[in-house]
Amino acid sequence: MKPAPFAYARATTLAEVFDLLETHGDSARLLAGGQSLVAALNLRLASPSVLLDINGVAALRGISFADGRLRIGALTRHAELGADPLVAQHAPLLAQAVPHIAHAAIRNRGTIGGSLALADPAAELPACILALEAVLVLASREGERRVAARDFFQGLYQTALRGDEVLAAVEIASQADVPCTLQELARRHGDYAIVGLAAQSARGALRLAWFGVGATPLRTPRAEAALAAGDVAGAQAALAGELDPPEDLHGPPALRLHLARVLLGRAAAALKGH
Amino acid sequence: MNELSSVDRPNSYIGRSVPRPNAKRLVAGRGQYVDDLRLPRMVHVAFLRSPHAHARILSIDSAAARAAPGVVRVVTGAEMAEVCTPWVGVLHHLKGLKSAPQHALAVDRACWQGEPVVAVVARTRAEAEDAVGLVEVAWGELPATVDMEAALAEGTPVIHPALGDNLAFMREHVGGEPDACFADAESVVVQATFHTGRHTGVCLEGRAILADYNPAEGRLTAYHSNQAPHMMQTVFAKHLGLREGDVRVICRDVGGSYGIKVHVYPDEMATAALSKILGRPVKFSADRMEGMVSDIHARDHRIAARAAVTKDGVITAMEIDDLTGIGPYSVYPRTSAVEGNQVVNLCGGPYALRGYKARTTVVFQNKTPTCQYRAVGHPIATTVTEGLVDLAAEAIGMDPAELRRRNLLADDVYPFKNHANLSFEGLSHQACLTKLLAMMDYEALKAERDALRAKGVYRGIGIASFIELTNPSPFMYGIGGARISAMDGATVRLDPDGSVAIASGVTEQGQGTEAMLAQIVAGAVGVDIARVRVTTGDTETTPYGGGTWASRGAGIGGEAALQAGHALREQILVIAGAMLQAAPEALDVRGGAVVDRATGAERLPLEELGRIVYFRGDTLPKDLPRELVATRHYTPKDYPFAFTNGAQASYLEVDVETGFVTLLKHWCVEDCGTVINPMLVDEQIRGGVVQGLGGALLEHCVYSPEGQLLSGSLADYLLPMSGEMPDIQVAHVETPTKESALGAKGAGEAGTAGAPAAVQNAINDALRPFGARVFAQPFTPARILTALGKI
Ligand SMILES: Cc1cc2nc3c(=O)[nH]c(=O)nc-3n(C[C@H](O)[C@H](O)[C@H](O)COP(=O)(O)OP(=O)(O)OC[C@H]3O[C@@H](n4cnc5c(N)ncnc54)[C@H](O)[C@@H]3O)c2cc1C
Repeated sequence: MKPAPFAYARATTLAEVFDLLETHGDSARLLAGGQSLVAALNLRLASPSVLLDINGVAALRGISFADGRLRIGALTRHAELGADPLVAQHAPLLAQAVPHIAHAAIRNRGTIGGSLALADPAAELPACILALEAVLVLASREGERRVAARDFFQGLYQTALRGDEVLAAVEIASQADVPCTLQELARRHGDYAIVGLAAQSARGALRLAWFGVGATPLRTPRAEAALAAGDVAGAQAALAGELDPPEDLHGPPALRLHLARVLLGRAAAALKGH
Repeated sequence: MNELSSVDRPNSYIGRSVPRPNAKRLVAGRGQYVDDLRLPRMVHVAFLRSPHAHARILSIDSAAARAAPGVVRVVTGAEMAEVCTPWVGVLHHLKGLKSAPQHALAVDRACWQGEPVVAVVARTRAEAEDAVGLVEVAWGELPATVDMEAALAEGTPVIHPALGDNLAFMREHVGGEPDACFADAESVVVQATFHTGRHTGVCLEGRAILADYNPAEGRLTAYHSNQAPHMMQTVFAKHLGLREGDVRVICRDVGGSYGIKVHVYPDEMATAALSKILGRPVKFSADRMEGMVSDIHARDHRIAARAAVTKDGVITAMEIDDLTGIGPYSVYPRTSAVEGNQVVNLCGGPYALRGYKARTTVVFQNKTPTCQYRAVGHPIATTVTEGLVDLAAEAIGMDPAELRRRNLLADDVYPFKNHANLSFEGLSHQACLTKLLAMMDYEALKAERDALRAKGVYRGIGIASFIELTNPSPFMYGIGGARISAMDGATVRLDPDGSVAIASGVTEQGQGTEAMLAQIVAGAVGVDIARVRVTTGDTETTPYGGGTWASRGAGIGGEAALQAGHALREQILVIAGAMLQAAPEALDVRGGAVVDRATGAERLPLEELGRIVYFRGDTLPKDLPRELVATRHYTPKDYPFAFTNGAQASYLEVDVETGFVTLLKHWCVEDCGTVINPMLVDEQIRGGVVQGLGGALLEHCVYSPEGQLLSGSLADYLLPMSGEMPDIQVAHVETPTKESALGAKGAGEAGTAGAPAAVQNAINDALRPFGARVFAQPFTPARILTALGKI
């Protein structure tokens, strides 16, 4: 299929982005890596009248570390994320996640900002962000506001982003030397996961963020508590009350629940062996 | 010097892995696929397709679409029917097969989700799609017949009331004494119900056609991504009211076909008709989404099967009951009964049974039509047969390889006719199995499997023997009344520069047909392969033929090329004899020159011979024949089909916690007779194996109860990808057919035929400690976990 006709505008500064958003309103869509958006256009699932290309906006680029916090610009490509030494040191969970995301060509274009703004419930990075208790930096003409990851993902493909806002960066408190693991099951390498788990230890506590099991990435506090207390079986049992996975072509809800328990066991072993 | 046989002549390329002459062009992006072609005044068509599995078309309002930018014409089914007559996909020899007339655009009722209903022609495809969105169709939804199990049940809506019921075709066959075998008190009977998932062949290049009707000469030229140009010439002529001679079909580069591009598709017929209506070139290029609902599907079968085996390991009988749903129409002109018919023909095929009983029931339903896709019926029959053999082995406590060794047809029984009435000229089941077991080091592999099992790692070994139908004679389609040639021709010509041109009726879709033809002709004439040019896929410039399908390209097209090449060499030698004052028998053509046969000394380069014949014919004796072009045709006559055979094995690991299967290694030993190009054959086998593995593990056209295709994009229809594929080791046993000088049989479908069965048996071997088994493809994690009782 061919996309419906659309106009294209390229911004080089955030101010330009805000101007364009103001002019075009809801009929505009930001274009980052285009790896999800262009497919949606081609399938005519989305037909914005204007694409606002933000790839030239320098303020959205770069990875830096200061005051114990890692800042990752929204335009950071998946491939850059996977290769960056600061990420490997301070948020190794993200580095672990990258090889699971799609294929090399897609990782070369797709961005962390695009992945988080899209909020596909089966995607790796939103769950990692949740497990890392990261803060999302949302920029608009009024300035920046910071939203915690748990408040950012609001529903199926729904986030706290307003129409006049751009996701500028994510900020993560350093997790250097803290055990973490990313576990997922996908039928083919690079597919969205049937079930995935981003697990991050956090000084006496444990954060489990699931993907592929609901409308958003999900934390499971009871399983977290049980696992933190060393009770793997209890944590696995707790999942039945905390996850309500959908049925789809992969199989019934029971499939995902079962696989989630298996992943939890594997994550526990991985964290222990860390 | 000893006489040289036709295959060990100096320029023989038979048995050599010569690179494909067209590879560089295609890899350089200089191919000419239909979508690359642009003609003056060309327009594009997009189709509004039915969103419903079954619905009445109450009204169509296309006013807004007609007014949209760039739109040239909007055509409905009623208007289309005035230009393009409907077709019925039946063949006489498939007794009782019935189907309903099918139109290029649905006239007042759509019978599957995806059926083309309205055609919109515009300057660009994008504009055509924009306008399709503006066409308003008022639908009256009808109850859909979706589940094939219920298709014949009381109360199920009959899709074509004029046909009386939803039964398209039924065939029963009994050979030998199956009932006595099953009644034998000393025998064990094993049984299972198998499901092969509905899937489709996904070509890299989607279906495409550029139809160019020229009203000034009343002729249609169709550039078509297709496997059978001459068949399409007939079809276009017949349904558009043209003479066959006024239709030219050109199949240039074709990016994969797998049987998908050998059928008549309503959207392609509509495109040709639109060109006739508009008097200008019209292009249709199916995108992936519409391909998923309109390319033929295949393999939607449920097979209840059983086998009788004596306690000391003689498999005496098999009985199968096959049910398949084919969509709302039998596909034209090859019909959709062939797959079920093949299942009846092929089950039990490798074995020396005493009795065989089989039935297929082919029903209509409101889903995408099914038809012949690579290895038609073979993977189904092999899955059933080999699944039963493994059950039998387990039931009597015998090693599955040993049970096969005892029951496979012996290598010295041929010619042999089995209880399904198949005639085998010469097969090599035992040799293939022996080679397979050696190649995989069966005993060591079993020891490894057993050792790992003790450590909680569950690996399985699965073996599958199979037969493959190749080189079909007129018994496949011609006797049923279809104008589908079983004969192919080749014309071979020497040009003045000493180069050789060949034009052949078989076609190239990426498998290397043109390399095969060049190899054969280079050797047969006696020139370097670099001096051979090949033309295929053009009804105007190649001899009449069937095209490439059913693994017939090398066996039939190759033999015609060989004979034509020999004839050209004889012509060259007669002329050279006159020029050199030598007996033609004392001369030969080698390395692009006429040589002394005995010493090999060069006497006359072919370019010199060409120069004299074409430009200085005055210097030659008046009565000397000057033909430097020869055409030969070939069709198999002794056997209806050249059967081949082989054996495959799979080694894999099942994660019994997750139900995930990891393929570790795959082996295939097959016998396609003379191997012309080992690299091409091996890659055919590997590609075929991968397609089989895809069906076994991943690919599935899943429908909702309402008849909506749920796996309608490549995000949900999972194709096998290289990362998950195992190393595939290929070896050959060569039993050339004696029908032809070349001795080649087909190899295109062997890989697909056996791979799913090998995987099924390997998974069930891995699951054996748990008493769990799976027989429904694709073998998904959900199905494996269900079998294990974990979900
Ligand atoms: C075949 C395939 C397989 C894939 N597999 C996976 C997988 O396994 N796991 C996975 O996580 N992803 C997968 N993806 C998606 C991929 O990771 C995308 O790159 C990602 O989801 C979107 O990032 P993008 O930069 O391409 O965003 P785009 O496609 O450009 O945009 C996506 C959406 O986000 C919005 N957006 C983008 N940037 C911003 C911003 N800074 N602020 C506000 N809104 C913004 C856009 O307007 C758009 O609505 C796959 C994609 C493909 C094509």
